[in-house]
Amino acid sequence: MTQPVALTINGRQREDRVEPRLLLVHYLREVAGLTGTHIACDTSQCGACTVMIDGEAVKSCSVFAVQADGRSVTTIEGLADGGTLHPVQQAFWDEHGLQCGFCTPGFIMAAAYLLQQNPTPTDDEIERGLEGNLCRCTGYTNIKKAVRSASRAMNGGAADIAGHAATAVASSVEG
Amino acid sequence: MAVTTMIGARVQRREDPKLITGHGHYIDDVTLVNMAHMSVVRSPHPHARIKSIDTAAALASKGVVAVLTYKDFKPVILGPIPVTNSFVPDKKQVPEQFPIAADEAVYAGEPVAVIIANDRYLADDAAQLVAVDYEPLPAVMDLEKAMAEGSPLVKSDRPDNIGWDASFPSGDIDAAFAEAEVTVKERIGQQRLFPTAMETRGCVADWVPFDNRVTLWTSTQVPHFIRLFVGGALGVPESQFRVISHDVGGGFGAKLRPYPEEYLATAASKICRRPVKWIEDRTESLQATTHGRGQVFDLEVAAKRDGTLLGLRFTQLLDIGAYHGVFSAFQVVACLLGGGCYDWKAINARSIGVFTNRMSTDPYRGAGRPEATHLVERAVDLVAREIGMDPAEIRRKNFVKTFPHTNNFGLVYDSGDYEKSLDRALENIGYPALRKRQEELRAQGRYMGIGFSTWVEICGLGPSSATAPAAGIALVESSMVRVHPTGSVTVSVGTHSHGQSHETTFAQIVADQLGVPMESVEIRHGDTGDTPFGYGTYGSRSLAVGGMAIVASCHKVVEKARKLAAHAFEASEDDIVVDQGRYFVRGNPAEAKVLAELAFASYGAGLPEGMEQGLEAVSYFDPPNFVWPFGCHICAVEVDPETGAVTIDRYVAVDDCGNVINPMVVDGQLHGGIAQGISQALFEEVQYDDETGQMLTGTLLDYLVPTMAEMPDFELDRTVTPSPTNELGVKGIGEAGTIASSAAVINAITDALAPFGIKHVEMPARPDRLWSMIKEARA
Repeated sequence: MTQPVALTINGRQREDRVEPRLLLVHYLREVAGLTGTHIACDTSQCGACTVMIDGEAVKSCSVFAVQADGRSVTTIEGLADGGTLHPVQQAFWDEHGLQCGFCTPGFIMAAAYLLQQNPTPTDDEIERGLEGNLCRCTGYTNIKKAVRSASRAMNGGAADIAGHAATAVASSVEG
Repeated sequence: MAVTTMIGARVQRREDPKLITGHGHYIDDVTLVNMAHMSVVRSPHPHARIKSIDTAAALASKGVVAVLTYKDFKPVILGPIPVTNSFVPDKKQVPEQFPIAADEAVYAGEPVAVIIANDRYLADDAAQLVAVDYEPLPAVMDLEKAMAEGSPLVKSDRPDNIGWDASFPSGDIDAAFAEAEVTVKERIGQQRLFPTAMETRGCVADWVPFDNRVTLWTSTQVPHFIRLFVGGALGVPESQFRVISHDVGGGFGAKLRPYPEEYLATAASKICRRPVKWIEDRTESLQATTHGRGQVFDLEVAAKRDGTLLGLRFTQLLDIGAYHGVFSAFQVVACLLGGGCYDWKAINARSIGVFTNRMSTDPYRGAGRPEATHLVERAVDLVAREIGMDPAEIRRKNFVKTFPHTNNFGLVYDSGDYEKSLDRALENIGYPALRKRQEELRAQGRYMGIGFSTWVEICGLGPSSATAPAAGIALVESSMVRVHPTGSVTVSVGTHSHGQSHETTFAQIVADQLGVPMESVEIRHGDTGDTPFGYGTYGSRSLAVGGMAIVASCHKVVEKARKLAAHAFEASEDDIVVDQGRYFVRGNPAEAKVLAELAFASYGAGLPEGMEQGLEAVSYFDPPNFVWPFGCHICAVEVDPETGAVTIDRYVAVDDCGNVINPMVVDGQLHGGIAQGISQALFEEVQYDDETGQMLTGTLLDYLVPTMAEMPDFELDRTVTPSPTNELGVKGIGEAGTIASSAAVINAITDALAPFGIKHVEMPARPDRLWSMIKEARA
């Protein structure tokens, strides 16, 4: 028993027939082929599957695909503007905000949403804004730094990146 | 002579562009044509006899391809899951573990049947329909009761519940205690932990019918181990079995063994003649991926009133779980390192491994060294408290001061300067002012405490001379360095990177060694099809052992390039100068050839007499010794006596891992490591109901994986004491933070609670525990 679903993902229209019980995260990964959104728990506690629906950060494991009917979904694959990284992506790279990278897409989406709502969050606001996302590698230190750095970059200040080897900074996004 | 340019630089990670844009390639991203999905039916009981399994309803369920149980797998899986004899060669019992229960399930979460279906939803639907008739049997959950005569058995075919009982005596322990002016005693626990990689386990097996070649994609730290053991058990030679482990979302020790599901999915692919995918969900993961720690130590310390440490006597009781983990006995290394960075006249340790009806324990970040550090750092603080000595000074007084140092068990600490890191940390935290502040706060009824952990660890596993007798395997490491005709370089390694940043740091090393741009160096790992046999990544070994295997291959490449240059310049080899990838005749640097030119020539005609074409080398590196990083962590906490809540005010760490390849990566490893140790000290604990054997912490929130809000800022600094055992002068840093930090936090809490007469606090020091202790102390 399938049901039609029509939605926009990363600016592209899409129509499919899906089972009503299909989770949005499985739809994105297995039907739409966008595997950047990850699953790390069954209980909507870890935030790895965070995407934006109509501009609002949502854990896509807690939404059925059919509930996204008529909505616009942005995933991690749709965050960069062509070849230019979103400032939050750039800041995670610059500040070593990831190690294994598995929680990272969810963190980046949640952080992008946080900065959209509150362009200059305090440390306390960053902690509260990202408390729905879990990371096991970084101890969160550099994630917090990345969010501060992205906030500065998005508000006109240059992200403060010091001491990088020139060769590395020159690496391209495609690399 | 090449001048180092990339080693030591804060180079941004080349792993990141794909990972921050959603283009990583983790296990659940692998999809094959005609792929079926596996769902595992697991025992809900910690211990039960399986009287019958009715698969009819499941088999009739929509989209189901097969329902397989022990009897289906028995003819296909020919051997058991391996166990190494690590550190306990004379184990009392090594029960064989088959990947799926036959007629007796011995831990909650043990596989009893699998469903193979057309998609994962349908597989999970059918899993609900498998009717297993269980006869529950008594669950053995308590270590001491399990050891008692007449205890129920973890599995009915075993003589008792003891896995090993090994003694490690060193020196005259009775004389040390006879000389003592003061002795202290304590029981110190190490609660069970979930390693909790954010990516759960999973695999995709593709056994091609008639061809009989097998590819297994799996989320692992050790692809070559998996090939050796899973291939071996299924009767597939290594040449026909390829294991691929692309991006892996964290390991922390829990992905360094072959698991039942890897055997089951591969066998199911053979039986069903389709590729089979299995992805673990989090609830399964918490039950069926190995746990860490799960130990309790009974400790006695002998010392003099002036703070001189004399003797240490302890017993480690280790909860093995129902079956040995592949490396569970490695944690016995805690006995050999129980003396920490101090001089002792004698140490007498005993380790008893006890089976229980729980999931196996196996290494978790640090494996044995966090336990040893927590033990000895608590021991030293207990003595300091007893004699009224400053915890910094008792450490200074007893530090090992000359290197190389042979410890009580014959292990040789390669290099160190423990006072230097202690002094730097004292300076960084502003120790005298902090102690003064503590007095002021105490006068106001506030409970601030300062805790130390001066840690040392053994890593870089390891010299074959030590690991072969102790673990049954020679933990060497491999590399292949191939310079292509136009000068780009492919480096294949036997280690595996799953967050450690090897694709960046190894490329930094190669760029320096060969004098080529880092961009031209590609690091390949995680595919047995194109990497030399290697033992994988764990035990902070990848740089000190794997990195050195890369250096060894680079040396061979440079030597051949030197011959090619001599031939091209019609000069003697001895007259060829190699400077940052430029080869020229001494005195004539203007007419140099770069490595790319020599590489191109190496694939052509007109080579020196007897030389084969090509410019590449394979090396295996067997280190002469382990490496011994060290450091000093100081933590300042405040405990709210009304709620028992702990706030970490400062966390200062001064660590020494020898020479640093990439400071950004080293700091990142420390951040994550310290966070895991803090989190053990304050939050995490795997809990089972002692009567029913059911897990009580079955979600990440029940278990208390910390969020950003629970973690303090870390104030990091380092000293550099190169290792004399390898050319790079490097040690390891992947586990250091975790090894050091739990002791610093607990020592700070006990210091804060000293006015209540509290001398020891068990982990996790959650508010309810502290609140109760304070309430009792006040009564």
